[in-house]
Amino acid sequence: MDFSFTDEQNRFRQEVRDFLEEEIKKEYWQPACDAWVQGFDTGFTKRVAQRGWIGLTWPKEYGGQQRSHIDRLILTEEMLRYGAPAALHWFGDRQVGGAILSFGSEELKKEFLPRIARGEAYFGLGMSEPGAGSDLASLQTKAIEDGDYYVINGQKTWASCASFAQYFDVYARTDPEAPKHRGISEFIVDAQSVGLSRIPMIDITGTEAWNDVFFDNVRVHKKYLVGEKNRGFYQVLHQLDYERSGMERLMGNYPLFEGVIRFAKDNKLSREASVRSKLAQLQIEFEVGRLLIYRVALVMEEGRAPNWESAMSKAYSTEFEKHLASVAMEILGPYGQLKSGSKLVPLRGMAAHSYLGSKGYSLQAGTTEILKNILAVRRLGLPSS
Amino acid sequence: MKFTLTEEQEMLRKTARDFLADKCSKKFVKQMEESEAGHSVELWREMAQLGWMGLVFPTKYGGGDMSFLDLAVLLEEMGRACLPGPFFSQVVLAGLPVLDIASEEQKQKYLPELIHGEKIFTLALSEPGYPNYGASTITTRATLHDGNYIVSGTKLFVPDAHIADYMLCVAGTKPRGGITIFLVDAKGPGINCTLLKTIAGDKLCEVVFDQALAPKANILGRLNQGRSAIQKIIERAAVGKCCEMVGNIQRVLEMTVDYAKERKQFGQPIGSFQVIQHYCADMATDVDAARFSTYRAAWMLSGGLPCTKEVAIAKAWIGQASQRVFALAHQIHGAIGVTIEHDLHYYTRRAKAADLAFGDADFHREIVAKEMGL
Repeated sequence: MDFSFTDEQNRFRQEVRDFLEEEIKKEYWQPACDAWVQGFDTGFTKRVAQRGWIGLTWPKEYGGQQRSHIDRLILTEEMLRYGAPAALHWFGDRQVGGAILSFGSEELKKEFLPRIARGEAYFGLGMSEPGAGSDLASLQTKAIEDGDYYVINGQKTWASCASFAQYFDVYARTDPEAPKHRGISEFIVDAQSVGLSRIPMIDITGTEAWNDVFFDNVRVHKKYLVGEKNRGFYQVLHQLDYERSGMERLMGNYPLFEGVIRFAKDNKLSREASVRSKLAQLQIEFEVGRLLIYRVALVMEEGRAPNWESAMSKAYSTEFEKHLASVAMEILGPYGQLKSGSKLVPLRGMAAHSYLGSKGYSLQAGTTEILKNILAVRRLGLPSS
Repeated sequence: MKFTLTEEQEMLRKTARDFLADKCSKKFVKQMEESEAGHSVELWREMAQLGWMGLVFPTKYGGGDMSFLDLAVLLEEMGRACLPGPFFSQVVLAGLPVLDIASEEQKQKYLPELIHGEKIFTLALSEPGYPNYGASTITTRATLHDGNYIVSGTKLFVPDAHIADYMLCVAGTKPRGGITIFLVDAKGPGINCTLLKTIAGDKLCEVVFDQALAPKANILGRLNQGRSAIQKIIERAAVGKCCEMVGNIQRVLEMTVDYAKERKQFGQPIGSFQVIQHYCADMATDVDAARFSTYRAAWMLSGGLPCTKEVAIAKAWIGQASQRVFALAHQIHGAIGVTIEHDLHYYTRRAKAADLAFGDADFHREIVAKEMGL
């Protein structure tokens, strides 16, 4: 056992911190909660790419650095610590690039991976539909072969980063006769395609968090089929394991965590036993969650795809984030309800944002209930319900 | 970074698990709980022969020269088996402190008999009143008289004192603040030991020192300077208890999942019902989290790194996590789990005792708060 980082890893962490602190010093951006999914900044993404920090673990031939998954976790951990606006590249870096790498043709790898790594191709996800959430295999969007093309019709929803996406990773039914898990395929769809349209959806915090994405006879060339036809459901499960694996589930609101501790100290609230106890409990839960997430990276480092391990870390971590938001609201009292920009608002309104926004954390990328099903069946061997 | 055990540690785990499965049945545990000694001389001797008491001590005293992390693996297996007896007192509470602070002469004298299991050692630290851990609340006094110290005061929840040959006794030696650790003859005059009846059936005692003799030569470490040694003793004991608890709750998770697979209601295994599955998933998460936070603390302690915060995190976490695990384990087991016909109660009772030992979650949360600079 070894719970430490190597000198090289520590140097890398410091390098990332220096970079981010310099960015903040130059006032390029302000640390914000949820910035990994809501902070869109082309300049930032470009500067991160220039350092080789997108696609860090990918092979060099596709623009990656062939670094370890621990290095990538260190990188993302620091991005989240500083609330950096990384949303433009986050999805391509975290999961779509990996999906192309695992399942895509050589042609697709060459077309997309170097561009993602250069910070020039932004991805959104086309998974959920109005009638297919937790039961993703029931999706109804259709892709019908027509010569060298597939013609896609249907509607996707809850598509994060969708306003800015240049491409969507879309799952559509290619065999309506097959059992529902065996008739789905994965496509890369250009967001500028004729027939593709987007309508923003506003979340409970007032943020444009998602889009509905409509496909009206969208023609996609066959070369943009990712992996095997009709294997899309198995590919999406694999991709979801990566989507759930990271530190963003624990540290999406880290600026609030840091902020509320500082607030309690500055205002002498931390002398009160109940405040001390609440904040210490958060610290305990945070550090425990961090270990669960490092375990996931260690699994990847062994060359295995994480499965129940990331289900566990994600289910755990989103509860932490909800708890953090609740404690922040309790400590701030009536000031906690004030929104960003209001007179008297503490912590730039992060508490109110996080309190409301965190309600969705245990829904996206697999509800906590679905994740616990995975744990029960895959980890514990309980019979499927 | 690596969260898995070495091959040698896996071998130690397997040896320990096999040995304890053979020698430490629940029938045996029950006998030990019901007996006054709570200790089998025969098993004790076998454990000494396996080198367990000496595992972490240098070879020059007869030990195995292994690390605290190796000991952590052994403690986990002991927790898994609900092992009764004074092993924890011997090694974690007394032996390692002796190794830390005793003079070379004292080590030469005491460690070989400790390692060979010839003598039983324990630690008399906590006292009546709340909270009862920490040097600041110690009222037991040792006063110098004719070149030796005379100890008076009451120690509480002293494990295995009734069978101990030696006790490390923590006493005040100055009017204000000076704390000294003495090694006293547990069977000497002026020491009165009363066995308490505990939920875990372990053997905790009230020990009254009434002008008991502590020779000056038996001061461990420096006179009046025991405070930092005590902090280390408590931290190590807390981690040791965490290790036992990890073994305990890991076993309870396995028992509960097995039961959920076997027990049928409404024509199917209850483990196929989502509510039971989610309870089990919650248990597994608590167990893994407890394991990682415990082993992180053990690894740091083993490497001599400062780990006050990490120890407190581990103990605070497992204190609460184990209670959640048991609430669900009992709910899933249903009524059979609250009888003495089923083994679950052995684990439930011990987990609560371990939670209370060396600081519960509240106690350790406050340490975390201090470490955060609150």
